Amino acid sequence: MSAIGTAVRPGAGPGTRWRGRLGPLGVVAAAIVVAAIVLAILGPTLTPHDPNASDLSRAFAPPEAGHPLGYDGQGRDLLSRLLAGARTSLIGPLAVVALAVTAGTAVAVAAVWAGGWVDSLVSAVLEVVFAFPGVLLAMLVAALFGAGLQAAVLALSVAYLPYTARLLRSAALTEREKPYIRALEVQGASGMTICLRHLVPNLAPLIAVQATLFFGYAMVDLAIISFFGLGVRPPSPDWGVMIAGGQSGVLQGYPAESLLAGACIVVLVVAVNILGERLGGTGATGGRGGRLRWPRRWGARS
Amino acid sequence: MAGYLARRAAMLLVTLLVSSFLVFTGVTLAPGDPLATLSGNRSLPPETVAVLRERYHLDDPFLVRYVAWLGDAVRGDLGVSIAQRQDVSDLIASRAGTTAALVLYASAIVVAAGVGFGLLAALRPGIVDSMVVAGTAAAVAVPPFIAAIVLIAVFAVALDWFPAFGTGSGLLGQIRHLTLPAFALAAASTAAVARVTRTAVREELGREHVQTAVSRGISYPAVVRRHALRNAAVPIATLAGMSTASMIALAAVVERVFGLNGLGAYLVNAALSKDIAVVQGICLVLVTAFVLVNTLGDVVAAALDPRITLGRRA
Repeated sequence: MSAIGTAVRPGAGPGTRWRGRLGPLGVVAAAIVVAAIVLAILGPTLTPHDPNASDLSRAFAPPEAGHPLGYDGQGRDLLSRLLAGARTSLIGPLAVVALAVTAGTAVAVAAVWAGGWVDSLVSAVLEVVFAFPGVLLAMLVAALFGAGLQAAVLALSVAYLPYTARLLRSAALTEREKPYIRALEVQGASGMTICLRHLVPNLAPLIAVQATLFFGYAMVDLAIISFFGLGVRPPSPDWGVMIAGGQSGVLQGYPAESLLAGACIVVLVVAVNILGERLGGTGATGGRGGRLRWPRRWGARS
Repeated sequence: MAGYLARRAAMLLVTLLVSSFLVFTGVTLAPGDPLATLSGNRSLPPETVAVLRERYHLDDPFLVRYVAWLGDAVRGDLGVSIAQRQDVSDLIASRAGTTAALVLYASAIVVAAGVGFGLLAALRPGIVDSMVVAGTAAAVAVPPFIAAIVLIAVFAVALDWFPAFGTGSGLLGQIRHLTLPAFALAAASTAAVARVTRTAVREELGREHVQTAVSRGISYPAVVRRHALRNAAVPIATLAGMSTASMIALAAVVERVFGLNGLGAYLVNAALSKDIAVVQGICLVLVTAFVLVNTLGDVVAAALDPRITLGRRA
């Protein structure tokens, strides 16, 4: 990324450095996340069968040649539905994370930069808004504005905003007190420049960790909302919808659809969390892999 | 402590006010005529329209409407369900018991099993510890609705130990019907509490005051109870309070999977059928419970650790 960044650790190639940071478990997690992203992009084109084509005579039929995971309760190919569902299941959480973390960063940095009563007011408001659980807000929004993925994504972003903003605010506060910010101010850099080109880039590692953490929450919450029938609408394949759709099968002794869709969610969430933890070095696993540090390049880029 | 309680109470009131405002404002923000929103776009006879206009003060300015609505809500009048033609308060009252029992049952599991497994892991290093660590690492990632599906598949369908559906009758029957839902709701939180307990107790056991107590000849169980666990109780209480609060919001999921007639399941149905007064009422009740339990958790933590009351948390 920058000359300073590589100069800090001479001798270590980028590959070994990343692997050292991640550890074996982290590498597995990274592989799962990359695979999920590829699936989300290619998934709908990779499906061996039409995910919506149903053959009721084959309802709950066990795996057979060409259908390695068998069929769901409506005689649709399970593997195709899981693959096609990857996209909707990933886009929602990604959108939530992008909205909540971007807005949270903006609110946090603006509040810290303004300081004084603006900061106090923002903190007080965040403290209070903190109290509204995301899933409840999403249900309220779905009832008022109509069910759908967009409404759910917006509701969750609003519900997560206080969490991201609060965490980033305290980090921005410590960062703002550092001498390089003062130095830039003395040099006459505008507040906007300092915030966007120095303060936010230096918060980037924390922002990245936040993003992975909230991706996991958003994935589960969105799956819950789709499970209720208030998010992604049933015929289109989505992991949350599949868990709900497979529920009658569970009671009849065919739990494959619900369990496989649930497993996809759990595995992906765990992988993303491990990755975030390893990259951020939150220390929950004993600090193995170390901390990811962005180079401090104050002054160098102005 | 008194000052701390007063501060917390003031915060609680402000939070509830803002939450209620959020719940109320939604109706005004929704596209279209508020009356159409409130009736879920049903066509209503003119006399019903007049009653609704009166009831929701639709001819008054916004803030007057909010104050009137809040005043009614505080007095226990949450409006009328358009779909059921019944008072929302009555509908809520008849279902709140199920949700409360479910959340209480689940939080009892969280505290008992969470602290139990955490202590076990902290005091028995080696294979027991590793098993608890691995088990909780897996369980903590399983959200309630997936846990519910797994529990139904195993304990209701394959083994047929517990019913998978309905509320049951009689005290024992109800407990039996609530067992799987409560475990599904509690699974992830139990694992989280177990992990925190293990770490906190381990940390305390390594402290000097524990070594001093041991060297003074105090029996080990007493040291664990009075020194290690007592000091580890603060993070455990904080997390247990937060878990219980979040279970209030997540109870809807479990209620729906297990066909329990609780507030959450009713909220989902009301949201699906656009029965706005019911959605508002239940949201208000659940958010109030959520905020109250959160505050209660903080107060318990403060009672356990006097340093918190002196701290900066405003």
